[in-house]
Amino acid sequence: MTPVAERPTTCDAIAAVLPELGGHARVCANGFISRWVCALGDDEANFYMIGSMGLASSIGLGIAAAQPGVPVAVIDGDGNVLMNLGSLAMTAVLAPAKFRHVVLDNGVYASTGNQPAISASVKLEEIARAAGYRQVARVGRLAEIAPALRAQLAVDGPTLLLVETQPESGPPAPRIPYTPPEMTARVSRAVARLAAAAGKGAS
Amino acid sequence: MEKGSLSGVELADALRARGFDFFTGVPCSLVASLIIALEPHGYVAETREDAALGLAAGAALAGRRPVVVMQNSGFGVSLNAIGSLQDIYALPCLLVITWRGYEGKDAPEHLVMGEAMPAILDAMHIPWRALGADAAAADADAQWARARLDEKAGPVALIVKPGVLA
Repeated sequence: MTPVAERPTTCDAIAAVLPELGGHARVCANGFISRWVCALGDDEANFYMIGSMGLASSIGLGIAAAQPGVPVAVIDGDGNVLMNLGSLAMTAVLAPAKFRHVVLDNGVYASTGNQPAISASVKLEEIARAAGYRQVARVGRLAEIAPALRAQLAVDGPTLLLVETQPESGPPAPRIPYTPPEMTARVSRAVARLAAAAGKGAS
Repeated sequence: MEKGSLSGVELADALRARGFDFFTGVPCSLVASLIIALEPHGYVAETREDAALGLAAGAALAGRRPVVVMQNSGFGVSLNAIGSLQDIYALPCLLVITWRGYEGKDAPEHLVMGEAMPAILDAMHIPWRALGADAAAADADAQWARARLDEKAGPVALIVKPGVLA
C-alpha cells in the first residue's frame, strides 16, 4: 500500500477520474464523494445518492441491468462497499460489460468525522476479483489513476479500480444543490439520451 | 402452510399487464410460485432486500417500473432504502411483501414484525393493501398499485397473507 501522505485526496482522485468517464451514467456514493463530484464536474448523468448508504453499486447495477447498452460508472467509497459486499457478488453474476466500479478508499468514514473503517486491513478489490469481476486493480498515486482506468475501459466489465486516498484536511465540498426529485428527473433524461446513443451505435 | 387459489403465473401476468417490467427480490415460501413465474421475465435473485431496492431504483432511473418481492423480515432490512431512496427521490417501486407472523400464528422470529408491519407501513406513508385471493382480485390490486404510482411515484406495497398464493 502507498504511504498515506503520498496518496491523493478524495477531491484530487475524483478530479482525475471524472475526465475518463465521459459518456457514462455516474452513480456517486453518499457523503463527500457525491459532493466533490458535484463540485468538480456536475452533469445531468450524475446520480448523487444522499441517503441509502451502501446502495450506490446496486443502483448503478440496476441502470446497467435495465439498459445494457448504457455505460455505467459507480464512484463508490470503502465504507459503502463494506456495507453491501453482496453487491460485488451480484455485479459479478450479472456481469454488465459496460460497468465500471471505482472505489475511493480513504480508510475512514469521512463525512461523520473520519472514524476508522476496516478497509485498511481488507483488500476490497480482491473480494471483487474472487466474486468474478473481469478485471480489478489497486492504485495509490495520482498519476496512476487515469492510466489504470483507461486500461479497464479498454476491456469488458465489470471492472473495479480501487484508489487509495487520504482524508481531506481542507473544507468539504458544498452540499448537493438539487432536490432528490430534481436529480431523478435529470438522471432519467441523461440515461434515456445515453440509451438512444447506444442504440444508434449498435445499428 | 395452507395454499391459496391464486397462481404465481396469474399474479405475474396481472403485474405485467399493468406495466410492471423489472423484477427482483429475495424469496419467501409464500411467494415461491410468483418467483418461478417471474424468472422467464428476467427476475434477478438479489442478495439482500435493500440491495434489491437499490437495483430497482437504478431500473426506475432507466425508465422501468420495478417490482421487489420480499418477506416482511426483509421489509425490516429495507426501511432505510425505502425512506431515503425510493420515497425522497420519487422512484416508482411496487413492493410485494409476505405477511409472516400474520395473526400471531408463525415461528417466533416472525411474530414481532408480523404484528408491527401495518403500523410501520402507515408510519412511512406507504400506500398498501392486502393482495386478493383470486386472479380477478389480483388484477384489481395490480391496477390499484399502478394507479397509486401514476399519482405519486415512490414505494407502494401489496401484502401477501398466508394461504393466498397457490
